Amino acid sequence: MSAKPALQIAVASGKGGTGKTTLAAGFAIVTGRCQFLDCDVEEPNAHLFLRPKITQTEAVIIPIPEIDRERCNLCGHCAEACQFHAIAVMGRQVLVFPELCHGCGACSLACAEGAIREAPREIGVVESGKSGKIGFVHGRLNVGEPMATPVIRAVKAHRDGKQLTIIDAAPGTACPVVEAVKGSDFCLLVTEPTPFGLSDLRLAVEVMEKLTVPCGVVINRSGEGDEATEAFCATKHLPLLGRIPFDRAIAEAYAHGRHPVYAVPELGRRLEQILDRALACAQGDLS
Amino acid sequence: MKELVVISGKGGTGKTTLLGSFAALAGCSVLADCDVDAPDLYLLLHPEISEQEEFRAGQLAVIDADRCTRCGRCLEVCRFEAITADLKVDTLNCEGCGACRVVCPVAAVELVERAAGDWFQGQTKYGPMVYARLRPAEENSGKLVALVRREARAWAEREGIGLLLTDGPPGIGCPVIASVGNADLALVVTEPSPSGVHDLERALTLCRHFRVPAMVCVNKFDLNPSLDRQVREYCARSQIAVTESIPFDESVPRAIGQGLPLVEFDHGPASRAVAVVWGQVRSGLIGG
Repeated sequence: MSAKPALQIAVASGKGGTGKTTLAAGFAIVTGRCQFLDCDVEEPNAHLFLRPKITQTEAVIIPIPEIDRERCNLCGHCAEACQFHAIAVMGRQVLVFPELCHGCGACSLACAEGAIREAPREIGVVESGKSGKIGFVHGRLNVGEPMATPVIRAVKAHRDGKQLTIIDAAPGTACPVVEAVKGSDFCLLVTEPTPFGLSDLRLAVEVMEKLTVPCGVVINRSGEGDEATEAFCATKHLPLLGRIPFDRAIAEAYAHGRHPVYAVPELGRRLEQILDRALACAQGDLS
Repeated sequence: MKELVVISGKGGTGKTTLLGSFAALAGCSVLADCDVDAPDLYLLLHPEISEQEEFRAGQLAVIDADRCTRCGRCLEVCRFEAITADLKVDTLNCEGCGACRVVCPVAAVELVERAAGDWFQGQTKYGPMVYARLRPAEENSGKLVALVRREARAWAEREGIGLLLTDGPPGIGCPVIASVGNADLALVVTEPSPSGVHDLERALTLCRHFRVPAMVCVNKFDLNPSLDRQVREYCARSQIAVTESIPFDESVPRAIGQGLPLVEFDHGPASRAVAVVWGQVRSGLIGG
């Protein structure tokens, strides 16, 4: 366990359940010293493996408009300015729909009467602490809240940049992934060798191209059907960073809430190799 | 018309595998794939696409460099780091809120619609199918989900088909909320791992929040039979119906590899369990 460079490495995938969190937490475990940011704020799970001692909790808030009815002249400029239909003038009332509000402040900027004040609304929490020498941060979006990105931003604000940062992203190709991966030095895309896995990998690679984050591929549950993924990586000139074989012992350890590196030592060695390759790629791209 | 939506919280628990098999077992239904980030159902059901349309939603700020006086007011008010230091719009960060347009003294900012995705409809062996794909790194997946469901419902009504099967996305955020609202039944698929159970609880809370009746199915249950039992006990306490559990079976990735719904690939342990689950879900739908 040598000290790793202070890079930001994200772990993502188009498809859910490919093993992002297992890999990301595994990297943290084999490295021993790093900062771990769980940015899957809809379903944060890395704490189940890393079992951090949480020492700090903060609310994630977005500012939503509050109308001063004394000052409001019902002109409707706020409703015109709002692109999210979060504010409407109905008769002699201004209605605010908090769960539609993005907290952009356009309404208060548009109000000539100074009748809009912003009040905080909690949409989730960020918790941080330690798991051994691993600095741990995760966010949790409140159930029923649609907007994950402010919570992800709040998690990432904890990055100290003095050590290796590992980011566990949400699955998919939309804004939560973009927010989580943005600014990373390298992204590992975890896939599985099925048509589902490959189809979703293609989409994830397009996201990385848009973000201009260099990426490489790890095939999880490797065995049958790797060829199609290999061929795709070759045409895209994506480094294949490693494979993790299909192994029921890994699945069972996972199901019992133990990180599979403890049950399958070979997995730890593979993960260390994969991480080292990713770091080498990241530095190659930086130089 | 009855709508079943399959969700999971955690990704990769087997939503699409189940839904693909349900489509085959149901005989005739309308199929909607609402995982617009990573739609995969078409890989099992092979629709013949008859129509394809662009999905436009959301706004993007565009600054007219000729008009811009470089006053920097836009940069000051933007809360999404979407205006760069040299006063250009960072399209990845821009939420299209228009705060910059509100403050621009020379009207140099315009909001334009974004092409955020594409949606498709076509016929499968098992009935009409609607699905969509968000363009990479785009927003507004919730609106695209709503569109897929609206089109699928309209199709069901046009053709008098009484069943809509909706494949939901993972998570609990906006696309999931858009998938679940007003459905007749949500089947929450989980796996017996601490993550699966953690996410199951969040997914069930979401269903309660939006008043959608839920049923739970444990996939790969034999990887940890004691957690399977815990899920069953938890659901019994919360008065939520649980279906037959599905065993871990290597046929599942093989069926996907062949592009077939599991129940048409073989009659192994998982396949047989899925057929039982479908019977239970169908009763739940009719009863509910």
